[in-house]
Amino acid sequence: MSDQSCVYIKKEWDIVAARQMGRDIATQVGFKTVDQARIATAISELARNIYLYAGAGKICFEAIETVQKKGITIKATDEGPGISDLAQVMEDGYSTSGGLGAGLPGVKRLMDEFDIISKSGEGTTIESTKWLR
Amino acid sequence: MRIPILKLHNYLLISIQTELDDKTAIQFQEDLLEKIHSSGATGVVIDLTSVDIVDSFIAKVLGDVVTMSDLMGAKVVLTGIQPAVAVTLIDLGIHLQDVPTALDLEQGLIKLRQELEE
Repeated sequence: MSDQSCVYIKKEWDIVAARQMGRDIATQVGFKTVDQARIATAISELARNIYLYAGAGKICFEAIETVQKKGITIKATDEGPGISDLAQVMEDGYSTSGGLGAGLPGVKRLMDEFDIISKSGEGTTIESTKWLR
Repeated sequence: MRIPILKLHNYLLISIQTELDDKTAIQFQEDLLEKIHSSGATGVVIDLTSVDIVDSFIAKVLGDVVTMSDLMGAKVVLTGIQPAVAVTLIDLGIHLQDVPTALDLEQGLIKLRQELEE
């Protein structure tokens, strides 16, 4: 059983739209305030990365329900320049944009599962899941 | 979208009650520095009671505005940070250690008075 909705990231305001939609879905799944904030923050980081580094892309949400557990998966996809050194971007404090460098390592800590696939010149796909406890 | 900045004696009071997008945050940073300059305020309280998400960008803008105001000679206290926001900031690895904070507006004003020794 799954249900998917997406927000296209083209302009700055889409970052807000994405985290609002994600928070709504997280609320429907049954997440409480702190986890709602974690999920919304993770979406904000992923959406901003798309906006800053790829220019455009999309964020999709999926409410997952299996027999044992429920959760939400965020999938961020872009066709931007890709990330050449994945180990480096997962380091705390690494940033090429003058930011805090908290984005991707932060998302990994905010969520439960985190997968990143990136090819130079082809784009980046990040899939991250939070399970309801 | 502009965030209103209120003047009360030597202080500036700001309550952020809107969903903070990047542009609004940057605009606020500029507006606040301008207002400190034009009003001669010595203390600023930024109340975040209604803010339910602070990501790394907003955290950087807030941290920067505290440092920038300090450079100009005005002390800033952040108040009303929600439990969920505190948790996510630490998850993000953002500690805002040099930023003065207080539980609410009232405590924030007390803290300002102490810092400014008034």
